[in-house]
Formats: sequence, C-alpha cells, structure tokens
Amino acid sequence: MSAALGTEPVTTAQLVSEPIGERRGRKRPLLPIIYWVVIAITMVPILVMIIYSFNNTPTNRITFQWHGFTTYWYENLTQVQGLGGSFLVSIEIAVLAAVISIAIGVPLAMSLERYRFALRGPLNAVVFANIAAPSIVVGAASLSFFLSSSVPLGYLTILLVHVTFCIAYVVVVVRARLSGMGTVLEQAAGDLGANPFTAFWKVTFPMLIPAMFAGAALALAMSIDDYVITSFVAGPTVTFPLFVYGAAKVGLPPQVLCFGTIVFVVALLIALLNGAVTRRGGAKS
Amino acid sequence: MTTMTVGTPVDKKRLGQTPLERQEGRFRRSLKRHSTPYLLGLVGIVWLLLLFVIPLISGLAVSLMTGNPEQGYTLTWNWSVYYDVFFNSGVSYGLFLWRALWYAAAATLVTIIIGFPMAYFIAFRVSQRWKNALLLLVALSFFVSFVIRTDMWAFVLSDQGPVLTVLRDLHLAGKDFHILGTSAAVIGGMAYNDLAFMVLPLYVALERIDPRLIEASADLYGNKTRTFTRVVLPLTRSGLFAGILLVFIDSAGDPVNASLLGGTHTYVIGQAIQDAYLTNQQYNVAAALSTVLMIVLGIILFVYARIAGTDNIEDLV
Repeated sequence: MSAALGTEPVTTAQLVSEPIGERRGRKRPLLPIIYWVVIAITMVPILVMIIYSFNNTPTNRITFQWHGFTTYWYENLTQVQGLGGSFLVSIEIAVLAAVISIAIGVPLAMSLERYRFALRGPLNAVVFANIAAPSIVVGAASLSFFLSSSVPLGYLTILLVHVTFCIAYVVVVVRARLSGMGTVLEQAAGDLGANPFTAFWKVTFPMLIPAMFAGAALALAMSIDDYVITSFVAGPTVTFPLFVYGAAKVGLPPQVLCFGTIVFVVALLIALLNGAVTRRGGAKS
Repeated sequence: MTTMTVGTPVDKKRLGQTPLERQEGRFRRSLKRHSTPYLLGLVGIVWLLLLFVIPLISGLAVSLMTGNPEQGYTLTWNWSVYYDVFFNSGVSYGLFLWRALWYAAAATLVTIIIGFPMAYFIAFRVSQRWKNALLLLVALSFFVSFVIRTDMWAFVLSDQGPVLTVLRDLHLAGKDFHILGTSAAVIGGMAYNDLAFMVLPLYVALERIDPRLIEASADLYGNKTRTFTRVVLPLTRSGLFAGILLVFIDSAGDPVNASLLGGTHTYVIGQAIQDAYLTNQQYNVAAALSTVLMIVLGIILFVYARIAGTDNIEDLV
C-alpha cells in the first residue's frame, strides 16, 4: 500500500510469466508481517486461558503467579457452585435453539429465495434488522415485551429469544446456498416426472444439508456465546456467559477456564472436520 | 434469478379430466402457488412478528409509560421522557451515548486499519489452499466465549498482569500507569472482539475482484497507489460497508468491554441501559435510551449509506 515502488513499467510479458501476487509478495513483507502480528495478538487471550486452566493455584481464583502444572481443575469441573449447571443450561438452550431455528428458518429461507410475494420485502427487512440491530436494543425490547405480556422470565424466555436471533442467521446461510445452487436440478427432477414435493425431498433437501449444518453450527455458536440479550430475559436462570460475567467481577474460578478450553477444542475440531468434509464434497461436485 | 417453477410434471391423471375439473385443478394450483411462500414461511413469519417486531414496538411503548418499580408502570404516552432522560434526569446519559458512539467509531477505524491489510493479504498474497486456514485463524477468537476472552484481556492487562509488570520493570511505565479503566482499553477490546466482522466481509469483497482489473490499471499507467485508490478501494465498498455496519453497531451497544476493561470514566450507554433496566428497574428510562440508541444508529448508518453508497443493502445479509 505504500507508493514506494512507484511507477515501474510493467510489461505484458512480466504479467504473463509472473502472477501478480507472487511478484509483489517477494518484495514486500509488510502485509504478512501485519497479518501474523495481529494473529499473534489475538491468540494471547486463548493461550492465557488454556495455560492458566492448568495452573495449580492455592486459591479458587485465577492468579498470575504460576504454581505448577495440574489437571485438578479439570478433574473437579463441577466443584464450583452453579458453574456446571449453568454450562448445561447453555448447552441445552443452544442445541434446542439450533434445532428449532433450523426447522423454522429453512422453510422461511425457501420462501424468501424461491418466491415473490407481497411480504417478501418487509420480511427481508426484518431478517436484516434482526442481524443488524444492536443486542442491547433487542434484549431491552424483548424484556419490555415479556414484562408487558406478563410472561415469566427464565429458561423459556431465553430459548424464545435465542431462537429469534438464530432464525436470521439460519436464513442467511441457507439462502446463500439456495441461490448458489439454482433450480436446474429441480427442473430436471420435474422433467423426469417428480412432483414438486418429491423433487424437494430427493433433490433440494439433500443439497441443503451442508448449509443446514452450517446454519445450525452458527446458531449454536451464537446461542452459547450470547451474554447481552440473555442478561435481559434470563430472570433467575443462569447461563454460562451470565455465570462467567458475574464471576469475572470478583475473579474467575479456574474451572471457568477449563470449560472455555473444552469448548474451544471441541469447536476447533468441529470446524476442522467441517473443513475436511466440505473439501471432499467440493471435490466431488 | 429466482425461478419459482419447479418444472411442469407430466400429470397422467389430467389426461382424462373434464374441462370443469381441469379448470378447478388450475384454480387450486394457482391458489397453491400463491399461498406456498406463506405456508412455507408461516411459522417463521409469525415467530419473527411476535418475538422481534412486536417487542421492538413494545419497547417504544414501555418508554412512554410512567410509574415506579414498586407500583408498576402504566402507559401514559409520556413523550417528555425523551427530553427528561437527557436534560432533567441528573444522569449524563447524553455523555454516555456520545462516548459509546465515539468508542464504536474509534474501534471501527482500528478494525479497518488492521483488518484491511489482513484481508488483502489473504485475498491476493496467499495460494488458494491456505486461504481457508488463514481465515479460520482470524475467526479463531470466536471459539472462545466472548465474556471469557474479554476477561482474559482484563487479566493480562491488569495492574499485576505481565504486561504492566514488564513495563514497570523496564521503567517504561510509572506506578500510577494503568491500562485497564482507560478509553484505550475499551476501544482495544471492542476492536479485538469484532476484528473478524471486518476482515471477513472485506475478504469476500476483495476476493471477488478480477485480478485482470489490476493488470488493466497497470497497463493504463496507474501506479500502485492509484490502482489501489481508484480500482481496489471502490470495488470493496460493499464489503467495507458490511464490516462497518457489523463492527460499529455491535460496539456502540456493547456493555461488556466497557464493563470488564473500563472503569468509571468509560461508562457507556449499553451499561446505562442494562443498569436502568436490571438494577434500578427504571423501565421507561431504559426503554427510552434503547429506542434513542437504535434511532441514532439507524440515522448514522443511513447517512453513511447515502454518502458512501452501497450497491444493494440485501447483499449485506
């Protein structure tokens, strides 16, 4: 991005023999340096979390003093009052929210992508607003709604709100896939005598499965990680992020880092597995 | 682009139909065609209406209520709450809003300055097989719970943490030098947490650029700078807009970074809304603040979209 290299004449021959990327890459290491330095910085909290989940602290709070390696905290994950329970609540809600939002979001994405109808524009706007609206506004608005309609706050309200924001993500992911694959294969199925229903189940649905997994994974991640919206509608229920936030004020128990590390490793494995599967799927098609 | 017909299946039953039956069938089919999108989307439409659209409206309604936490609130169309909150409440909500907006703007700027070179690097300097891996590295922070990763920064940057200990030992920082509690810490936290929201859309936009356009610019005697400002930058407009949208909105309403990394001098509107609602139970004040925040953000983004221009807002979704 610096103008230092200025106006060296570039001939067509050069362009043909050397791809632009490589020619520049050799001369200017600035971009890779920026990239790797920033990545290194973003790794700091992750590494600190993993390392200090093994620290043998004498107290039940994380400290910077290194007291030696231990797996004690992993062996006593549920020792901290309320932590294990909050983690289970988060997992349950995330799985339910992912499943429900897929069940609702996939047909909604189909209708938005494949049909023109009067509500299409407004619905698009609502889906967009759902993603764009700040969490704090969505949380406050949802709480206003539940208070004024006297719905008791708790597990159910958390789930309802999580499904609501997950639907939007599912719709976006599934629509992208739908618009990418077009309708040619469905038409072919129709030409071969399949009715629209059969065409959907035998052709469209199987092709949507990767997108449905991606949407579900995104919904799962969004749900399990949400603090702001949940903080408004949780009532007495405590989810994992709410527990961590509360504990952060006085110092985290090391087990929080263990749970964080476990989630990190599992998520990473899923992402790598998914990458491998997509690559194989890509090679096939 | 959106074809709705799924071919015309050969319907054997139709061959032996009377004209009336055929007409009825056509009518039923046409009804089916018109109602299909609604039937498909029915649950989703009702769900989003009931749990997204109506709550947003009820948020506005709650702001117009008067009352107190003990006796409850009733709707009195008290529009003056929007004036009172900012000028008669004794709490400087205006300052908190302003602070949140400038923190968010600063964090957005930081993510652009850092994120653009990163996205450019992945899009143009890396061979195809490594791109996904490098993108995964950018998004890796998302695999750690938001609250944990933010608190890990608070842990690392705290007064007893390694960063300040080293700086003090090297006499680069005095005893009363702190990182936590400063605006810089909060802005840094926001930028860190949202960096991927900027890099990913920018990458998508850059990746779409045909390299031949850059060659063409060189052929037309555009130097590196001009090629960048006249060719590359305009083509990343939609990605930049998406990134700004995501980072700015997310940061402007966020209470977590300011709460975990900041102090009393970094109190922002997101914390004010949370405290007004959950701690002080001033429902009308909290609802009014959240409505104002939403409208202010809407106006800022609308103006930005008009000035900077974006091709199609639906592209962003």
